Amino acid sequence: MLEEIGTTTEGDLIINVGPQHPATHGVLHLVITLNGETIKKVEPHLGYIHRSIEKMCESLTYRQFIYVTSRMDYLSAHINNHACALCVEKGMQVEVPERAQVIRVIMDELTRIASHELWWGAMAMDIGAFTPFFHAFREREKINEIMEETCGARLTMNYYVPGGLMADLHPDFQKKVKAFITLFKNKIDEYDELITGNIIFINRMKGVGFLSKEDAVSFGCTGPSGRGSGLSCDIRKLYPYAVYDKVQFDEILETDGDSLARYMVRIREMKQSIRIIEQLIDNIPEGDFQAKTKAVLKLPKGEFYTRVETARGELGVYIVSEGATTPYRIKFRSPGFSNLSALDTMARGGKLGDLVAMMGTLDLVIPDIDR
Amino acid sequence: MIFREKYRRSRGGIVLSKLDDVINWARSNSFWPTFATSCCGIEYMAVAGAKYDFSRFGFEVARASPRQADVIIIAGTIVNKMGPVLKRLYDQMGDPKYVIAMGACAISGGPFFYNTYSVVKGADHIIPVDVYVAGCPPRPEALLHALISLQEKIKKGLTREQIKSGNE
Repeated sequence: MLEEIGTTTEGDLIINVGPQHPATHGVLHLVITLNGETIKKVEPHLGYIHRSIEKMCESLTYRQFIYVTSRMDYLSAHINNHACALCVEKGMQVEVPERAQVIRVIMDELTRIASHELWWGAMAMDIGAFTPFFHAFREREKINEIMEETCGARLTMNYYVPGGLMADLHPDFQKKVKAFITLFKNKIDEYDELITGNIIFINRMKGVGFLSKEDAVSFGCTGPSGRGSGLSCDIRKLYPYAVYDKVQFDEILETDGDSLARYMVRIREMKQSIRIIEQLIDNIPEGDFQAKTKAVLKLPKGEFYTRVETARGELGVYIVSEGATTPYRIKFRSPGFSNLSALDTMARGGKLGDLVAMMGTLDLVIPDIDR
Repeated sequence: MIFREKYRRSRGGIVLSKLDDVINWARSNSFWPTFATSCCGIEYMAVAGAKYDFSRFGFEVARASPRQADVIIIAGTIVNKMGPVLKRLYDQMGDPKYVIAMGACAISGGPFFYNTYSVVKGADHIIPVDVYVAGCPPRPEALLHALISLQEKIKKGLTREQIKSGNE
């Protein structure tokens, strides 16, 4: 039986999941080859939300192209903006004020918590529990309110500009973030009580969708999906940007490589995010929130690459400049695309019913994959 | 004679119009929505969450299959590859069916209007739309307002489907 896996023989059942299917979290199309209930092969078909963002960026100026990237991985909109702003700043050799850097890190971590919360609710809904969705969105709304006060938007913020931030913080920001942290610390324990220790949940997740460390490396899995397999790949630790080298936090590693490990990485990461915010929220330095830059930005001729850690993994931005006001070519290395490519290896030999749990713990955002 | 004629007509009329009202009332208070493609889908989920809670108005039962749904909420960009799929989803829905275009992308292509080769510039190129909601993404209140506007349209018998069936 095992040697048959990966090949199609007569009598195999081929089913299509998607492109419109709630478990795919968007419009992903999976062609699954089944032998009975055992998965032999999973083929993802992409492009149902391909919006040609890379091509669009070639006709937008360096100030303009950042807003499109909020729509790529919309759950970590701030972090996407951060990657692009860093790349443009690297090209222009602008020094970002300390205040802006600290605020950026706080915002990034708040975004990471919001993203992981949504993942937690949606993944629990995928495997059949509806209540966690309401718990997760209750707390997520609190973060949205904080964001809205400062950035003016709930989801696609466009708060970072090359050289700093678009506007200064709202006066209530620190107070509200502190209140949120106090609240959220208790809520994580509540999440743990609700799901993490639940025997039904553990049976659904343990040993499901195993990904070895070697496979994680060869597929380029990053973020919680890679760290669940014991692969040390946290860009915040390995190649610190902004003020991540000045704060204390742990890189979360789990070695089991199954769905439960990836779940635990995200739960523990939320606690680390809280830890980072706690260190910074009282120490936001005074000063400018934006460096002085020219109205029209021009990057010198050359190639620039920066990477950041989004809630899903490593996001790389690669700009080729010809010295004009618009980039010659932009390439995004999105974490979701690489993580999705590991799905086939994870799913082979597993059961069809477990596929949803595997996809849930990969935390796919389809517009991030298709771009 | 005139009186009798008038009485006869009005009696028939009363029963029909009242029944229509009842049907419209029932339809408007039990929407089953479906469909999301991208960013707006998150705000759509937020509307389903505890704070905004669209089940207050009878939209609670979000369906995965278009066969079971009454209203498509096009929450997100429609690209050329997705176009035929959206058309098929719409055709699969049973009558009466309604469509809400949520967000700038579904209205006109939105932020992806210029310089793209793959985005459909408005979902109404593919399927007819009853209510448009502006925003990128729209606030949850805006989506609630759209759903309530659609309810009012249905109660007045003004939606595309009802005008069409009235003419038949």
